Amino acid sequence: MSYTLGQKQLDRIEDILNQDLIENGVRCVFLIDMAGNIIANLDNGEKQHDIYSLAALAAGNFGAVSAMAKIIGENEFSLLFHKGKKENIHFNKITTEFLLITIFGNDISLGFLRLKVADSVEQLKTILEPLLSL
Amino acid sequence: MAFVNLKNKDIQVKIVYYGPGRGGKTTNLEYIYKKFRKRINTEMVTVKTHGDRTLFFDFLPFDIGMINGYDVKIQLYTVPGQVKYNATRRLVLRGVDGIVFVADAMAVRREKNVLSLKNLQENLSNYKKSIFKIPCVMQYNKLDLSEQGIPLLSTDILENDLNSQLKRPFFSASALKGTNVVATLKKIITMTVASIRRDFK
Repeated sequence: MSYTLGQKQLDRIEDILNQDLIENGVRCVFLIDMAGNIIANLDNGEKQHDIYSLAALAAGNFGAVSAMAKIIGENEFSLLFHKGKKENIHFNKITTEFLLITIFGNDISLGFLRLKVADSVEQLKTILEPLLSL
Repeated sequence: MAFVNLKNKDIQVKIVYYGPGRGGKTTNLEYIYKKFRKRINTEMVTVKTHGDRTLFFDFLPFDIGMINGYDVKIQLYTVPGQVKYNATRRLVLRGVDGIVFVADAMAVRREKNVLSLKNLQENLSNYKKSIFKIPCVMQYNKLDLSEQGIPLLSTDILENDLNSQLKRPFFSASALKGTNVVATLKKIITMTVASIRRDFK
């Protein structure tokens, strides 16, 4: 399956990510598909990451964790969180095909971030779900 | 699963190097990385075990420039060739647009090539893809070993074993020396981009 997103849809996606996450203090957020393609990425301008490598590894990592879930009898782990000293990373699955990744510092609590991510995910679903039927 | 971004005008394409363990998939990518160092602005990502074998995958993003006004970004991946890592091989194949099958031309690896190709077919069918439809190039690697007197399979035997039904373009290559590495890459990019273009028509 190849798929396309138009200007309007991408603008809408970026608006959602900007309002819910970047404006609330998240350093960097990106939306990828499970093949490792980057659909949207935004940051607060402080730090530039090698997002292509990050996306490839994130998709692989998430795939590995999903396979682990199946082995222990879970259908999936829908979210993942890695804690660092200064930077933390949070992964949230959207439908079966997409992954929202946020990178944030210690100034944001995990609970608050999860709340905001959940909000974004609900809104993003309305844009991304129609793609699955293609 | 190529992704077309109409806003930034870019297309992301996934090409996977597949084949039996120690066949030279990573060496292919390393050669490409070395050769096009100036055009690749990130590091090559590899997830290796202690024994220097690929554990998860290698990853190399590669910008080939504009086609019809779109910036085409090729993402090159390798899979771990070792038989036991099939679960990770399957993961890497997710959303693949084109495949380079790197066969090992050493006579002692004849059966391993056939098994790996069969495994590719099975793993693709998992994603409802057919090896007969997906863009694919065969590469018969390790040509350089004949100079050292190591028995190699002839191209005829390799073609008969692996490509008699598929009938894909093939290259005899030496990933270590770089012979036909770029030719293989060019061929698979051309085929994959043409196939994506057909998809969108």
